[in-house]
Amino acid sequence: MKKLLTAAAGIALASALSMSAVAADKLKVGFIYIGPPGDHGWTYQHDQGRQAIDARLGDQVETVFVENVPEGPDAERTITRLARQGAGLIFTTSFGYMDPTLKVAAKFPDVKFEHATGYKRADNVSTYSSRFYEGRYVIGQIAAKTSKSGVAGYIGSFPIPEVVRGINAFLLGAQSVNPDFKLKVVWVNSWFDPGREADAAKVLISQGADIITQHTDSTAAVQVAEEQGVNAFGQASDMEAFAPNALLTSIIDNWADYYVARTQAVLDGTWVSTDTFGGMDDNMVNMGPYVNMPADVKAMAQATAAAITAGELHPFAGPVYKQDGSLAAAEGEVVDLGTLLGMDWYVQGVDDKL
Amino acid sequence: MSAYEAIILTIITASTPLLLAAIGELVVERSGVLNLGIEGMMVMGAVCGFAAAHVSGSAWLGVVAAITGGVAMSLLFGFLTQTLITNQVATGLAITLLGLGLSGLIGSDFVGLPGVKLANVSIPWLSELPYVGRLVFGQDPLVYVSIGLTVAVAYLLKYTRWGLIIRAVGQSHSSAHALGYRVVAVRYACIAFGGATSGLAGAYLSLVYTPQWIENMTAGRGWIALALVVFSTWLPGRLAAGAYLFGGVWILGLYAQAMGLGIPSQLLSSLPYVATILALVVISTNRRLSVINTPASLGQGFVPDR
Repeated sequence: MKKLLTAAAGIALASALSMSAVAADKLKVGFIYIGPPGDHGWTYQHDQGRQAIDARLGDQVETVFVENVPEGPDAERTITRLARQGAGLIFTTSFGYMDPTLKVAAKFPDVKFEHATGYKRADNVSTYSSRFYEGRYVIGQIAAKTSKSGVAGYIGSFPIPEVVRGINAFLLGAQSVNPDFKLKVVWVNSWFDPGREADAAKVLISQGADIITQHTDSTAAVQVAEEQGVNAFGQASDMEAFAPNALLTSIIDNWADYYVARTQAVLDGTWVSTDTFGGMDDNMVNMGPYVNMPADVKAMAQATAAAITAGELHPFAGPVYKQDGSLAAAEGEVVDLGTLLGMDWYVQGVDDKL
Repeated sequence: MSAYEAIILTIITASTPLLLAAIGELVVERSGVLNLGIEGMMVMGAVCGFAAAHVSGSAWLGVVAAITGGVAMSLLFGFLTQTLITNQVATGLAITLLGLGLSGLIGSDFVGLPGVKLANVSIPWLSELPYVGRLVFGQDPLVYVSIGLTVAVAYLLKYTRWGLIIRAVGQSHSSAHALGYRVVAVRYACIAFGGATSGLAGAYLSLVYTPQWIENMTAGRGWIALALVVFSTWLPGRLAAGAYLFGGVWILGLYAQAMGLGIPSQLLSSLPYVATILALVVISTNRRLSVINTPASLGQGFVPDR
């Protein structure tokens, strides 16, 4: 065992040395991914953003990425390694990297860090996220229009505010069309496990859901929907190729512009710690093509998306009732940003408890 | 299809890859070899199976390719641990890492392509029987293979001369060697068998479970299979029970959530592990039996003294 450790340390040292020898004058931008870039979902879109940096700033910047990094101690080790290897800017692209990112950032004050979907910042740590819930509201409306059973199934990863917010926005959108619309939620407690995501989809369909949507990272759920003849929505990336008959539309994360702008800021020396929460209006959340639906549903979805983009419609505009019946936002009010960011309650109509 | 049929079908789908991977590892460990590379062999099986099925259009060719991929990885493990006498734990971990990386490389051109699903068995009349037809006579072929393999391995280990030799090699390789058995050859054969079933388990994922190729799609199932082997005290019957218990509790947990019973999802997600450990602890209370079944030479390299 000791021999093994020595060997491993030797290899790690050798690779660290060889990495640091590469192009010292170019800014090195590092990415930490929770899954493989080939997931065609969450990580895929982040990798598209990384490639955009390469394409637009490739002469001044060099990008590197580490995939399949588990949230927890492994993340801290991996982020530290990237910082040691001379990365000047590091994007950590999953919620669970929050504390590891801050810990490493404290040790490397000269390195800039960008943490996706988190809420803790420091002088050299920015956070960024998207108002995915805007897209969720649109697909909720589509679901309520197209569903025959009036029940949708939602596959959740972890019960954190980001995901709960999406569930609530989806149901609020659906209820704006059909006030009796019901939502069943199944948590798989993983961001990426195609088998489990597929199991969850099968379970929801057999429980009467004829629309499947998911806040996990793979395409497994939309494929099950295709196979079983129900409808589904793509998450994070356009998933039409995986379910040509079942898919209605996709919510697409667009990180490219943000990544390029932040990298440019580091190059210009204008980078400061910020908190970005972009949505449809600044092009960070896009809707995919609307397919497999009647023209009136498509027109409604387009109108809703346009209204959200223009700032005329807020998915969490009151009246919003919590599951226990208490009022979260009265008529004419909007659920405030702080509540949205820390959302730990369901709206009425969710067939699950947090 | 009634609700209970849907539940049982989903449970069988969730349990079969675990059983397939574990039954091979059981034989490997009975011969005294600890192969921690199941995950790597499985994921190689998944990618080879998907690639061959996609290119040829035949799911069965995919199955053959998956077995080949699993066996190739296992023979690499065998060469390192049996011929070069490397540390089995370290080599197994290396095989897992290699398999995950290599499968990503091989599979990079196959991400997002349509898969070929292995068709379910359909026997005229029998498969259409009410209630039991679809469950007993209408599964995908690999379900029957997994059950058949479990029965065959149980019989082989308990009642045949070959089984006796495998167990002898696993209990005391020096004694088996002294008796004239070719320890290394027996172990090579067992390792290859383990690779074949791990490859099959991978094929189950990429050709039946979710017919597509996604990097890292085994998502830790190899490790669960490994744990099941140990907890089953190396007995095939218990192994099958453990695999189905794990799959069953997992799927029922999802149903409990979908029905809105309000049980915390984290508790439900941990239940398969808790239930499997509890059940297998209870049935392993017979210490004598457990000790007898534990391969005494497990994990030790064999160098014949001349």
